[in-house]
Amino acid sequence: MNKKTLLKQGAIWIFIVAELAFFTVAGEFLSTSDKSFMDFDNMLLLFKQSAPIGIIALGMTIIMINGNIDLSVGATFALAAVVMLDSMTWPFMVALGDGAIPLAWAFALLTGGVLGAVNGMIVWKTGVDAFIVTLGTMLGYRGLVFMYNGENPTSNLNWTLVDFAEAQFLGLHTATWFLFAVALVLWLLMTRTVHGRNAYAIGNNREAAVNAGIKVGPHFLWNFILIGFLAALSAVVFYSESGSVNPNDGMLYELWAITAVVLGGTKLSGGYGSIISTLGGVIAIQLLRKGLGHIGAGTETVNLVIGLILIAVLFFDRQINRKGKEELKI
Amino acid sequence: MSDVIPVLRLEGIVKTFPGVRALDGVSFSVLPGEVHALMGENGAGKSTLMKVLGGIHAPDEGRIFIAEEPTVMTSPLQAKAKGVVFIHQELSLADELTVAENIFLGELPRKSMGRVDMAKLYADTDRILKTLNVGFNARTRVGDLSIANQQMVEIARALTVEPRAVIFDEPTASLTDAEKIVLFDVIADLQSRGVGIIYISHRMEEIFKITDRISVLRDGQYRGTLETENTNEDEVTQLMIGRSLDLSRNESHHALGDVALEVRGLSCGNLFHDVSFEVRSGEVVGFYGLVGAGRTEIAETIFGLRDPSAGQILIDGQEVHISSPIDAISHGISLVPEDRKAQGLVLGMNCRDNMTLPQVGDLTAGPFVSEGAEIAIFDQYRDKLDIRTPGWKQIVGNLSGGNQQKIVIGKWLSMRPKVLIVDEPTRGIDVGSKAEIHNLIRALAAQGYAVIVISSEMPEVLHVSDRIIAMYAGRVMRQFTADEVTEDSLIQAISGIEAQEVA
Repeated sequence: MNKKTLLKQGAIWIFIVAELAFFTVAGEFLSTSDKSFMDFDNMLLLFKQSAPIGIIALGMTIIMINGNIDLSVGATFALAAVVMLDSMTWPFMVALGDGAIPLAWAFALLTGGVLGAVNGMIVWKTGVDAFIVTLGTMLGYRGLVFMYNGENPTSNLNWTLVDFAEAQFLGLHTATWFLFAVALVLWLLMTRTVHGRNAYAIGNNREAAVNAGIKVGPHFLWNFILIGFLAALSAVVFYSESGSVNPNDGMLYELWAITAVVLGGTKLSGGYGSIISTLGGVIAIQLLRKGLGHIGAGTETVNLVIGLILIAVLFFDRQINRKGKEELKI
Repeated sequence: MSDVIPVLRLEGIVKTFPGVRALDGVSFSVLPGEVHALMGENGAGKSTLMKVLGGIHAPDEGRIFIAEEPTVMTSPLQAKAKGVVFIHQELSLADELTVAENIFLGELPRKSMGRVDMAKLYADTDRILKTLNVGFNARTRVGDLSIANQQMVEIARALTVEPRAVIFDEPTASLTDAEKIVLFDVIADLQSRGVGIIYISHRMEEIFKITDRISVLRDGQYRGTLETENTNEDEVTQLMIGRSLDLSRNESHHALGDVALEVRGLSCGNLFHDVSFEVRSGEVVGFYGLVGAGRTEIAETIFGLRDPSAGQILIDGQEVHISSPIDAISHGISLVPEDRKAQGLVLGMNCRDNMTLPQVGDLTAGPFVSEGAEIAIFDQYRDKLDIRTPGWKQIVGNLSGGNQQKIVIGKWLSMRPKVLIVDEPTRGIDVGSKAEIHNLIRALAAQGYAVIVISSEMPEVLHVSDRIIAMYAGRVMRQFTADEVTEDSLIQAISGIEAQEVA
């Protein structure tokens, strides 16, 4: 690996270290709490809080390496949550007692997979750009959420579920384990398998991939099923603990996921990106939120700062990747 | 000649990039009314020189004179203002705008309140178009024009100023023979108006047809200027590559095997009609014709990228149905496409991954790809095809054109195909690597592959083919054996002259 690639892939981690250093020092002066920012429990909590968007962002990385995008993940997340919580109130499910839990999970994950498959089939069979297709299904799926229960929240608190979700194994929360497990599986998928290899090839040069006999349509379909499944998994992990879903939940998740992916260096045009760097992007965003909270900034400031940092990071990325002075000026 | 003031003169231009001396003291001059060829292999420094001339790169040393006035170039726009204009190989036009809007893009005539003076715009454009003698007008949408006419728009754009020097960079790369004649007329017209012309091309026939002098670069160094009248292709080639090159008729003969691929009455819409031919194993069949004659489309149909409207394809005497590249590959058909970068390679991937792309699904150990098996395949074909790369990790986009083409060929050879279709095998490849690719094609045939070569370059077709199929307007006009073909009969066949006589 040469210096440039190292810099490119390491950039997000350098940024994370910088954040840690900044908030630790700034926290000494500005924080009202007497705990230091780098407190161990605080860091563990950070991973847990990263999980819902993180799991989606990891899947989004593959979609974006393909050169596609999925805007419907937030709505899929909400619908899967509704299905999980509501299904546990169905009479036959209630009769099963805690045995209903795995079944409710399965319903939710199946919902995610099916919604993803719908996206994938449309993209494959119509050839319409994924941006447009998922913009449409984003609205459509959100509509289904509202049709389900109107403006009312869907609730069902199951204490076995809550205990599971709040459990800590080897110090890490359940949600953190899911995040890391998904990251590991997807990392293996993208770096070691034929599917991963094809994903990069298609994103980099679709025509050459077709000419090499790669079935691009089915490949897209699988990836959309995968991200639908992951959006549902994210919902399962999150709502097992909270037990109540509002019809507006998960809105803007697609954009936060894309932000994390892009911060991690994945190209919007496809063909380049890494699962591990996306994990870095997810952690960086969560650190920023927590850090700004730690030094007493409000939510509105957090969004402003993250927005500015996103632009700044991509600007520096461009500087690093510039081919030199012969590049075209706008 | 010393009393004529050159329109453009370069003196001792040096430009270094980290680790490379891209230009090493280049000097030459262009006289008014002269067509001056600039030749050199890819990487010899031609494009760097043009970028220095266009003000994109500042030279480290040396000076540029326009009409003997020392000039510092800062941008292509400033160069244009000084009368030095570029016609690039790649078109940079906005398809949705009209011809007039494209020609005056960035310098549209204005009226008050920022409105465009349409009347003046169209009048000025028509005046320029008239001098070019073209068949479209100022209001035509550029996207509706043929490539050749789009190039005319590029040329028209250069003529909005009174040019002193016009630089053509590979202008004929995508033109048909008839379109070339129109281009050469335009060049002759510029010439008669006292404009100096720099003509960059790899194509010897053209160079010897239209230029007055030839300057040669090699490895960033100026190798000399020859009077076109007093030199020949051998001398120029020697200057370019430092040795002479054999580009004669194919002389090697070896025994042919059975018919590997047979095509009967293949048609596809109005792209090509009733095409029948066969290729034996060990045989190279050349497809020669003008751009648009349907050659590439036949290859794409055999490879499953297009659905035929009629006809049969037989492999080893058995009819096969091919509806996708996957089918074609499984029947042992491979296609090295016309546009290597857009259709053949994943430029951002490394050499190994590109080479194993079609078969990586078979190179697995458990759920994972076996990198060892991949590297073994890469090493085998790197040695076999003499691919020059530092290693398999090298990103393909960083290789030279010749080595990229070898990666594409190696990719298909490693699949052990029966039939290898090579579309424009040496497009954009420098002279030295060209010969290597030609030898490779002959060697592959000798090993028993059935090879189809599609080419727009007659010397290439003559050099590599055992048999030549001449096409015109989607039809096979004639088939020639290597012994009976003559350049005249080939040109007649592909330009439809015979067809008209018959009709």
